[in-house]
Amino acid sequence: MRLPNLRRCGAMIVKEFIQMRRDRLTFAMMIGVPIMQLIMFGFAINTDPKHLPTALHSADHSVFSRSLVQALENSGYFRITREVDDPKQLDWLLAIGEVQFAVTIPAGFGRDLQRGDHPLLLIEADATDPAATSNAIGALGQLNRTALNHDLTGPLAALKDPPPAFELRIHRRYNPEGITQYNIVPGLMGVILTMTGVMMTALAVTRERERGTMENLLAMPVKPGEVMLGKILPYIAVGYVQVLVVLLAARFLFGVPMIGSLWLLSGSVLLFIAANLAVGFTFSTIAMNQLQAMQMSFFFFLPSILLSGYMFPFRGMPDWAQAIGSVLPVTHFLRIVRGILLKGNGVHEVLPDLWPIALFLVLVTVIALKRYRQTLD
Amino acid sequence: MTAAAPLAIDVHGLNKSFAGRPVVQEFAIQVRRGQIYGFLGPNGSGKTTTIRMLCGLLTPDSGGGTCLGLDIRSDGAAIKRQVGYMTQKFSYYEDLSIRENLEFVARVYELRNWRGLVDQALERLGLTKRSRQLAGTLSGGWKQRLALAACILHEPKLLLLDEPTAGVDPKARRDFWDRIHELAAEGMTVLVSTHYMDEAERCHEIAYIAYGHLLTRGTVAEVIGRSGLFTWTATGEGVGPLARRLSGQPGIDMVAQFGTTLHISGTDRAALEGAVAAARAGTGFAWAETEPTLEDVFIHLMGQSKDNF
Ligand SMILES: Nc1ncnc2c1ncn2[C@@H]1O[C@H](COP(=O)(O)OP(=O)(O)OP(=O)(O)O)[C@@H](O)[C@H]1O
Ligand SMILES: [Mg+2]
Repeated sequence: MRLPNLRRCGAMIVKEFIQMRRDRLTFAMMIGVPIMQLIMFGFAINTDPKHLPTALHSADHSVFSRSLVQALENSGYFRITREVDDPKQLDWLLAIGEVQFAVTIPAGFGRDLQRGDHPLLLIEADATDPAATSNAIGALGQLNRTALNHDLTGPLAALKDPPPAFELRIHRRYNPEGITQYNIVPGLMGVILTMTGVMMTALAVTRERERGTMENLLAMPVKPGEVMLGKILPYIAVGYVQVLVVLLAARFLFGVPMIGSLWLLSGSVLLFIAANLAVGFTFSTIAMNQLQAMQMSFFFFLPSILLSGYMFPFRGMPDWAQAIGSVLPVTHFLRIVRGILLKGNGVHEVLPDLWPIALFLVLVTVIALKRYRQTLD
Repeated sequence: MTAAAPLAIDVHGLNKSFAGRPVVQEFAIQVRRGQIYGFLGPNGSGKTTTIRMLCGLLTPDSGGGTCLGLDIRSDGAAIKRQVGYMTQKFSYYEDLSIRENLEFVARVYELRNWRGLVDQALERLGLTKRSRQLAGTLSGGWKQRLALAACILHEPKLLLLDEPTAGVDPKARRDFWDRIHELAAEGMTVLVSTHYMDEAERCHEIAYIAYGHLLTRGTVAEVIGRSGLFTWTATGEGVGPLARRLSGQPGIDMVAQFGTTLHISGTDRAALEGAVAAARAGTGFAWAETEPTLEDVFIHLMGQSKDNF
């Protein structure tokens, strides 16, 4: 295969840029969609929700129950919004979803505690959404050991927990405060580039067919590779604009740390955008019209967002889903971006995720060029 | 036909079918360089399909030949550089301006001095002032003119025009044909499909295709002479009722009315004369035997080929 002719390529690129500029709505979408997603995902999603509404039924009025309630609130996860006299009301509040948790302190809790009878404290959670409650429940594990430390003095000191045989130290590295945005915002870059990249190229080529301009284009001496380059390069530029928008927002809106090299990031971005655009180009060689091109793009987009580790933890997926996820470029790109930005990864650490994208790009490009028809047959 | 000039198009045995339905069958044509060749036939007869095979946009199922001495099957890329193809449906970019469209074409063909060429083309079109207007906002006729200007920009040796003047006003149509004759005089070969008889008469040679079969070809006079058709005319006020009375009578194959003149044609000269003699008695119309027009011949051919299909 001969190298693409630069002048013909140039003609294609100029044409594509003009058409892109004329199509105001699409152009606005290409910049508007990332901003919208940034706001939705960046501000709205929190996988570690705090201050969850909690109802309390306390039949005991000792100092211990007061300390317990205090400790619950101090954990940051619970906020007592209702105090009820009738325990039946707790069921009702949970059922209608007004509270996430219901705490029952039984009568004689303080007395039983002082006697050493190990009284029972009941905490019911609305666990329909495990993600909403799991961290709060996790925080409860420590509660019964430490909540009453201040109150168990004098003769009661014997009720305190003995110190454990060994001490446990946990380091939450790269994101010590567990801020969701640190994970979501860099990931968004991959999602946005996938969505717009695949769709825009798929549409750009199919549009030629739908409007009948393909017949003319094919009658002129442009080669498939030149058409492909001409279609892809303008959208690479668009991709970089999108990356810039996300990076600026990440830095100044969400305060996401950027430890690694932005040059390395730019290089990886180039590879990733090209891979997506090649997918879009391939779709356009199959789709008969723009609607089909759209549908195929969504077909690709769905696993990209669900199986890549963007929405749900990659390691939590069954093997088959992980296998599918590993084929998708966005899966590797997410690891690269998060690695570079949050962990400060260098070329060496990034390489294992770069080559799968490169391989994907090569394979898809070959398919696209093989499928691209130089005739109308 | 003397082969004085070398052949610009020389194809034979072309076949093409879509989904098992033959659209072009055993098509053969020879066009000499510098010739203007008319390509006629009813809707759906395979004109566009044939033209597409000639410029490499469709691969023939069988058959082959050369375009400008290049094999239409294997030298598609080289053919494309020397051929200008004007599609039946406007296929330039409606969201590019007139100038941008021309510039795109000029650059794709890697023309030197493309700016100058585009300026010239705009000048010739008379569109210099409107060069920034989007092509999509042009009227139908102007779109056709733009398309022609674009496909001759790279000075092709062979021009394939698929119904270039559909929807173009008479003045523009005449300019268009004057221009084509100019180009042909400079050595360009032109294959042009059309439904207009007056345009067919301006071609050096014509070919008539129906239902995928080439039915006849040659100069206009040859085609008419070879048709075996004989025609009488009846002229006068109120020939309408006569037309209804005559059609379908033995010896009369077709009757067509042009204003106050009736064309009555048939293939059997004696039978036609008999029918005319019976009909003319007592009518006050002026009767005469004439040459059939090209249109008479084509409509006759169309009726015949249906029987063959
Ligand atoms: N891509 C295609 N797929 C299927 N059938 C096709 C295709 N292209 C053309 N045809 C069929 O081939 C036949 C010939 O079409 P073609 O366009 O060559 O006719 P034409 O002579 O150019 O007609 P017109 O005068 O209306 O332009 C038609 O019946 C058409 O339906
Ligand atoms: Mg046609």
